[in-house]
Amino acid sequence: MDIDKQEKAPIYEALQRYKSMRVVPFDVPGHKQGRGNPELREFLGEKCLAVDVNAMKPLDNLGHPVSVIKEAEELAAEAFSARHAFFMVNGTTSAVQAMIMSVCQLGDKIIMPRNVHKSAINALIISGAIPVYVNPGINKELGIPLGMSIKEVKNAIACHPEAKAIFVNNPTYYGVCSDLKTITDLAHKNNMYVLVDEAHGTHFYFGENLPLSAMAAGADMAAVSMHKTGGSLTQSSFLLVGKRINPGHVRQIINLTQTTSGSYLLLTSLDISRRNLALNGKKIFAKVTALAEYARTEINKIGGYYAFSKELINKDDIFDFDPTKLSVHTLEIGLAGIEVYDILRDDYNIQIEFGDIGNILAIISVGDRELALERLVSSLAEIKRLYLKDKTGMLDYEYINPQVVITPQKAFYARKKSVPIKKSAGCISGEFVMAYPPGIPILAPGERITPEIIDYIIYAKAKGSFLTGTEDMAVENIRIVEE
Amino acid sequence: MELWFTEQHTENVRFSIKVDKHLFSGQSEYQRIDVFESKEFGTVLTLDGLMMVAEKDEFIYHDMIVHVPMATNLGIKKVLVIGAGDGGTVRELTRYKTIEAIDMVEIDRMVVEVCREYLPQTACSLDDPRVKIYYEDGLKFIRAKENYYDLIIVDSTDPFGPGEGLFTREFYGSCYKALKQDGILVNQHENPYYETYAVSMRQAHRRIKEFFPICRVYQAHIPTYPSGHWLFGFASKKYDPLDFDEKAWKSLGLKTRYYNTDIHKGSFALPTYVRELLAGE
Repeated sequence: MDIDKQEKAPIYEALQRYKSMRVVPFDVPGHKQGRGNPELREFLGEKCLAVDVNAMKPLDNLGHPVSVIKEAEELAAEAFSARHAFFMVNGTTSAVQAMIMSVCQLGDKIIMPRNVHKSAINALIISGAIPVYVNPGINKELGIPLGMSIKEVKNAIACHPEAKAIFVNNPTYYGVCSDLKTITDLAHKNNMYVLVDEAHGTHFYFGENLPLSAMAAGADMAAVSMHKTGGSLTQSSFLLVGKRINPGHVRQIINLTQTTSGSYLLLTSLDISRRNLALNGKKIFAKVTALAEYARTEINKIGGYYAFSKELINKDDIFDFDPTKLSVHTLEIGLAGIEVYDILRDDYNIQIEFGDIGNILAIISVGDRELALERLVSSLAEIKRLYLKDKTGMLDYEYINPQVVITPQKAFYARKKSVPIKKSAGCISGEFVMAYPPGIPILAPGERITPEIIDYIIYAKAKGSFLTGTEDMAVENIRIVEE
Repeated sequence: MELWFTEQHTENVRFSIKVDKHLFSGQSEYQRIDVFESKEFGTVLTLDGLMMVAEKDEFIYHDMIVHVPMATNLGIKKVLVIGAGDGGTVRELTRYKTIEAIDMVEIDRMVVEVCREYLPQTACSLDDPRVKIYYEDGLKFIRAKENYYDLIIVDSTDPFGPGEGLFTREFYGSCYKALKQDGILVNQHENPYYETYAVSMRQAHRRIKEFFPICRVYQAHIPTYPSGHWLFGFASKKYDPLDFDEKAWKSLGLKTRYYNTDIHKGSFALPTYVRELLAGE
C-alpha cells in the first residue's frame, strides 16, 4: 500500500471543490443545499446539506464511475489489497446479495453455514440459488454457533461437487473465524468461488495481530461493512473483488438493484474513513483491541459472567478469534443475554449491539472511550449484584439442523396461508423468523417447522427478543406453504 | 487592560470574575485546567472553563460536604472521597482525629499537582498520613469494594465530562455495596434553578433513592457556583441527619466559618419549588 497515495480522498476533495464553486443548482435534490428545508438544515447542519447532491460531471457517477469515484475505488482497492473495490450505498446487505448473484443463477447450488445473515438467504430468494447448509459447530457451554470446520466443508464439496460457491461469514457476530485460507484453497481446487460476508471484519485489513482477511486469504469476493467498525456512515459499505472475478460483471449485478441516486454523504464517508484507516488503522485497532481486552479482564473479575476470547481457539470451527469483539456469556448469573441487554438499556442507559439466549455483544470500535467502558463494566457488576439467580430453567441454545424441503425462492413465491405458530409443527415455512439483531434466521422460507423450533421461538419471545420476519407484526402467526 | 474569566451558566446567563493574572493553563488527558488570580475570590481553579474552587468561598462547600455527615455519625472511621482533587474535602476530614483512613480517588493527577502548587489553602492536608490518593476512575475503584467504608463523599465535577460516570445508577449502586451497614453517602447535587443542572439533580436524586432507605437533600449558598444556590445529597442505610448529637459535635471544638449545628438542621429545610422538583421523582 502506497501511504502517500492513501492521503488522498478524491470524492471528499471533489465535494470541497464543488462547494467552493458555488454552483447554482437547478437539479435534484429539491432541498437545494438545504434552503428548501430549513428545519432539516437546522437539525443536520448546513455543511451536511450543502453536499447532499446528485451525480454530476465533476462528482462522477456511482453506476458508471470514470473520474473521482473511480479514483476513490482504486484507492480503496489498494487499501484492502483487492483487485477492485465497489462503494456500496445500499448497505452491506446489497453487497452480500451482489456477491451471490454475481456467481449463482437459478438452480445453482451454494454451500453456506446456516448461521448466515438474512441478506444471504434473501439473495437466494432473488436469484433462485439452492442452499447447501453446512452445520456450524456449536459451543455447548456458551451456546454460540461457530465457524465452518474443514471436515464439514470437504463433506459438502464431496456431496455437491457441482456447487458454484462457498459462502463464509467471517468473523461471525461473536468474533469466531473459520480457516479461510484452507477453505479458499479447497474451493478453488474444486472450481468454486469463495464469497465472504466480512460485515464485522473491516478492521482485519488495517490492524495488526488480527485474524486473516478475506482478500489476504485469496477469497473471490468480500462484503465489508465499513460503517460497523470502520467509522463511515450507517448503510455505507465496500464490496471487494479478488483476482478471479471480472469487476465489470459485478458492476452490472450491483446496478440491477442499487439506487441511481447514490448518496454523496455516504460515498464521502467511505472515502474519508478509508483514508483514516489506511493512515491510522494500526494505531486505532491496537487501541480498540486493548480496550476490549481490558473490558474482558474487568468483566471476568466480576465473576459469573464469561467474556470469552482467543482461549476458545481450537484450530477447527474456532480457527481464530477476533479480539476486538466483546462477547459476554451471561447464563451463569441466571439471566438470558437478551435480559441483560434490556436491563442495560432500560435501567443503565447503555445500548449494546445485541443479546441472545445466552450472550450479549458490545461493539468496541474506533469511537470508544475508557470512561464509557467503565460504565459498562460497573453496570454488569451491578446487574449481577441485583439480579443474580439460579440458572435452572434457562434454555441452552442448540443448533437446530434445518430441514430444507424446497428452495427459499420457491417457498417465498408459493401459495401460502397463515396459521398460529404454535400449531405450525410439520408445516413448511413460507417466511423468515429471526431475532433482530443478530438477524440470523431461526426459520427460513422452505424449511420444515419442528416442535423444537416452535419452543425456541416462544422462549426467545418470552425473554424479550425482538422477533421479526413474519408478515404478522406480532409474530403470533406464520405463513406456511400450502402443500 | 481588563481581563475577565467568564463562565456560561446557561445559554443566556454569564458569570464573570475580573482576573488579575492567569497563573496556569494546561491540558490534561481529561480536561483543560486553569488557575486565575482574582481580587474578589482570590485564587480560582477552573476545569474546562467551569468554576471548581475559589479561595475565598471554598469554605462553604467544604464545610457542608464534610461536617454534615460527620456530625451525623461521629463514629466514622473509613472514608472514601471521590474527585476532590483540590484537597479541600480531605482538609476538613483530617480535622477529625477519630477518622482512621481517607482514600481519595481522583481521575486526574494534574488537578492535584496544580492545586498543590497554586492552592495550598485547600491542598494542605493531602500529605496527612491517613490519606491515600489513587489516581483512577472512581467508578472503577469502587467496583472492587464491598462493605468497607463508613462514609463516601462524591465531590465531583458536573455530569458533562470526566465526572459523568459519577452520576449514574451503576455508580450509586456500587456505592451502596461499598458502604457498611450504617454507611453514609454524600454527593454534590448540582443546583435546582437552571434547567440543565436541575435535570441532573433530579436524576441523581431518583437514582440514589432506589438504593438507600434514607435520602435527604440539603443546601448551601455558594457565590461562585451557578445560581449561587447549591444542593447536596445525603443518603444513608441507617442514620437520619436530622437526628444527630449536637452536643457531641460541639464538644470537639472544631472552628468552622459556615457550618454550625443550627445550619446543619436548617440546611435541610428546602424551598417549596425544590421540594416539588424532588417530590416529582
